[in-house]
Amino acid sequence: MPVDQAALDAVALHRDEYELLVQQLGREPNEVELGMFGSLWSEHCGYKNSKPLLKLFPSSGDQILTKVGAENAGAIDIGGGLCVVMKVESHNHPSAIEPYQGAATGVGGIVRDIFAMGAYPIAILDSLRFGPLDDPQNRYLFEGVVGGIGGYGNCLGVPTIGGEVVFSPAYNGNPLVNAMCVGIAETAKLLSAKAHGEGNVFLLVGSDTGRDGIHGASGLASRTDPEARFEEMRPAVQVGNPFMEKLLMEACYELASEHGDWIVGLQDLGAAGLTSAVVECCAKGGSGAILDLENVPRREQGMTPYEVMLSESQERMLVIAKKEHVAEVTALFQHWELHCEPIGVVTDGDEVVIREHGVEVAHVPVGIATEPPQYRRQGTRPAELMALNAFDPGRLPDVTAGEATGVLLKLLSRPNIASKRGVFRQYDHQVLNNTVVPPGGDAAVLRVPGTNKGIAVSTDCSGRLCYLDPYAGGAIAVAEAARNVVCTGATPVAVTDCLNFGNPEKLDVYYTLEHAVRGIAEACLQFDTPVVSGNVSLYNETAGRPIYPTPVIGLLGIIEDVSKSLRAGFDGAGCQVYLLGAGLEQPAATLGGSEYLEALHGVVAGIPTVDLAAEKRLQQLVLRAHAEGLLVNAHDCSDGGLAVTLAESALLGEQGFEGDAGLAGRLDAALFGEAQGRIVVSIPDDSFRQGGGAARLHDLGNELGVPVTRLGRTVPGDTFSFGPLRTSVTALRDAYEILL
Amino acid sequence: MRFAIIRFPGTWSDRDTYHVLHNVLEQQADILWHRETDLSNYDAVVLPGGFSYGDYLRCGAIARFSPVMDAVVDFAEAGKPVIGICNGFQVLCESHLLPGALIRNQSLQFRCQWTYLRREGGSTPWADGIPDGTVLHVPISHGEGNYFADPDTLNELELRGRVVFRYCDAAGEVTPAANPNGSARNIAGIINARGNVLGMMPHPERAGEQLVGGADGNRIWESLLRQATTILAG
Repeated sequence: MPVDQAALDAVALHRDEYELLVQQLGREPNEVELGMFGSLWSEHCGYKNSKPLLKLFPSSGDQILTKVGAENAGAIDIGGGLCVVMKVESHNHPSAIEPYQGAATGVGGIVRDIFAMGAYPIAILDSLRFGPLDDPQNRYLFEGVVGGIGGYGNCLGVPTIGGEVVFSPAYNGNPLVNAMCVGIAETAKLLSAKAHGEGNVFLLVGSDTGRDGIHGASGLASRTDPEARFEEMRPAVQVGNPFMEKLLMEACYELASEHGDWIVGLQDLGAAGLTSAVVECCAKGGSGAILDLENVPRREQGMTPYEVMLSESQERMLVIAKKEHVAEVTALFQHWELHCEPIGVVTDGDEVVIREHGVEVAHVPVGIATEPPQYRRQGTRPAELMALNAFDPGRLPDVTAGEATGVLLKLLSRPNIASKRGVFRQYDHQVLNNTVVPPGGDAAVLRVPGTNKGIAVSTDCSGRLCYLDPYAGGAIAVAEAARNVVCTGATPVAVTDCLNFGNPEKLDVYYTLEHAVRGIAEACLQFDTPVVSGNVSLYNETAGRPIYPTPVIGLLGIIEDVSKSLRAGFDGAGCQVYLLGAGLEQPAATLGGSEYLEALHGVVAGIPTVDLAAEKRLQQLVLRAHAEGLLVNAHDCSDGGLAVTLAESALLGEQGFEGDAGLAGRLDAALFGEAQGRIVVSIPDDSFRQGGGAARLHDLGNELGVPVTRLGRTVPGDTFSFGPLRTSVTALRDAYEILL
Repeated sequence: MRFAIIRFPGTWSDRDTYHVLHNVLEQQADILWHRETDLSNYDAVVLPGGFSYGDYLRCGAIARFSPVMDAVVDFAEAGKPVIGICNGFQVLCESHLLPGALIRNQSLQFRCQWTYLRREGGSTPWADGIPDGTVLHVPISHGEGNYFADPDTLNELELRGRVVFRYCDAAGEVTPAANPNGSARNIAGIINARGNVLGMMPHPERAGEQLVGGADGNRIWESLLRQATTILAG
């Protein structure tokens, strides 16, 4: 009997995919099986459009403990028997429909990925994109998302220490909500999400299973839906219970850290719920399973096997306990006042058999379920890029000396640049007592509990630059994240990524995905920062128009002595301020894709460029200078250009600054151009060191081939001057401290 | 001294308090699950911050019925030192060990930020070592920390010297701008009539090391420790 189109649409399978499934199974799937295959073969679970591209990423290294994609998150050895576990994941589609719960459950999901590894979560970061706030719908989404992140993370007791908030019309109606979590584990106690050993028991712990979130993976996350359908799709968004998650987190950590020998695996229930949790554990362990669904605790009566298998009820974990330790594992969860129910057993087979009251309701071969078709497309360069890239900012009138200060103040109060204090004060960013550099600077820095080491984490991506050149934009996202981490004195070690793109079935969107991936891969190779984990969110479109390509990069750096972390603000008067990297005089082309160009001229055009070898040398210069104790502060030069960087260092440090460098060439490019590969640092007065810190900085610059340009010095009081810029630190702060 | 740190389901300042008491101040401390009923081995009790039972009902309203609370009430009534921080303060109010209530922040938003606290009069082992007028730098982190009580209760608290900490600015001035949550009369911390029970919204355990932004919070723990030493020596 041919399946009807409505049934296929419900699980987002194409007709030819269905036919392939029938051919592989040798029969038509029943309704439950169709639901399960639809979810597992969705883009969200099966990565059918992105997997071949993800193979381009460098993903191994001496310190990398996990195989990318094989576990719930990536693990990086940081010495002393400890490792960092991290991953970033999107919750864009649910957040577009129900912002508070969408964002809250996004946080819940990524935190479970981390403690499923046996790690204790120590930090959350959120990379957010919205349309401009003057549209009430965008403001509703923004406030709901920020509220949901705070509401969940604050209750959980995991600090939210960073991330980004970016606004652009490209995200109207399709906000991006990417949540990253970082955890710490003893390397010897890392867990795996696998099931093996005949007779071992699947224990379902945490919340009861309800009808929420059905078709989250296949429906919401794996196709484009018209906004008009959002209202009716709201039931597909799950509702979070952070209190339950807190108990689960503590119980799972106790299990992993003290009784890891009682279990063979631990897996969280996320997209496609029980279906993907069981099938993926079996695939990884080379085993099969028999589940008895009547043992699944339910929130409501009358749920069908289909609903139980596809429910995305939150705050549930699957424990694969050794059969001889089931009682002890159960007692541990009960101590934490959690349900813990045996719902099935591991078999030596290669099929997942689902029964209800002894009657078989589905029979799923693991191999077929976990090997969806993969699509490699030949992308076509978006037609509009030709004209966009040909745009020459040099044809615009230069800013005059008289206008420059006003432009700086305007840029500082642009939501993309202005202080995000109004957001991060709603997040508990201190709990766990490890926050050394709080949000608001380049990267946040945390102490690694129980050690003197630190980790620095940053998330970055300029969608505007990726739109204008996906390859360069992807590489720049990595370079900027690395610069941010380096500005705290940390050495970059690994990357996690979240690829947010439009519909990959459109060849010009596919082109942007492929080229962004290639750019990221090249940058990660250059900086020796393998991609250890990640997530793909496709089908991000509104009214048929894709979002900016937005591959968000989460980058981890390590600091050997966390008490020596650097900050973005100037610290004390009399310091000498230097620009490291590309010098003061810049071509007009560096205005391409800049905040200045969009803010002042309403133009998003031009062509970004990046020199990865120069970026690498710049990172080395900063890290070596810091290792020698030369640096007082460091701040990445990015959105808004050099003028905004200096202003931020002054206002963050509450320190005056007087420039004494002569500006040459176009004023707009020198002040507001966004040439890559630049960091502003300050060093103490020359009396600090025999021979002078400045001389040493120049020597290091010469040795590494990085230009070192003096800009001026920090001064007591409120003065801020640089070239034609004349204002006060107070005025800078007043412009910057708008509350979004 | 030996501290009992009570962990309700949903508590999250337990580890932070343990870290400061044990690792920084080198005291004995145990984290006790809320089903514990015997506190006889301890010299002081800490009810730490967090979201007990998710705070889905009124904050602290369920935790006050936890098995351990009978023992905490007995401990307090015996005159032994009890401190409730953040959610712990809310639990103390719900248990009627302290008067008043903590309602939603005036901003209607969660607030995590550093605040200044002025030490006011009032004798308590938790703050006797801190001279009146001293300004401490200690962070808050709450959505419902807006101290509320009827005027008679507030007047009684003021009259009896039971307001121990008030939100102020860096110079020690008690101003509306320095009030982060709308608390009545900028109240950040109060004691019971006997002085052995202190409730405060700010987190002294988050101000225990310069590395994380400051160590002023230790003044509170050290005040208690000095008192204990005096008693032992006396």
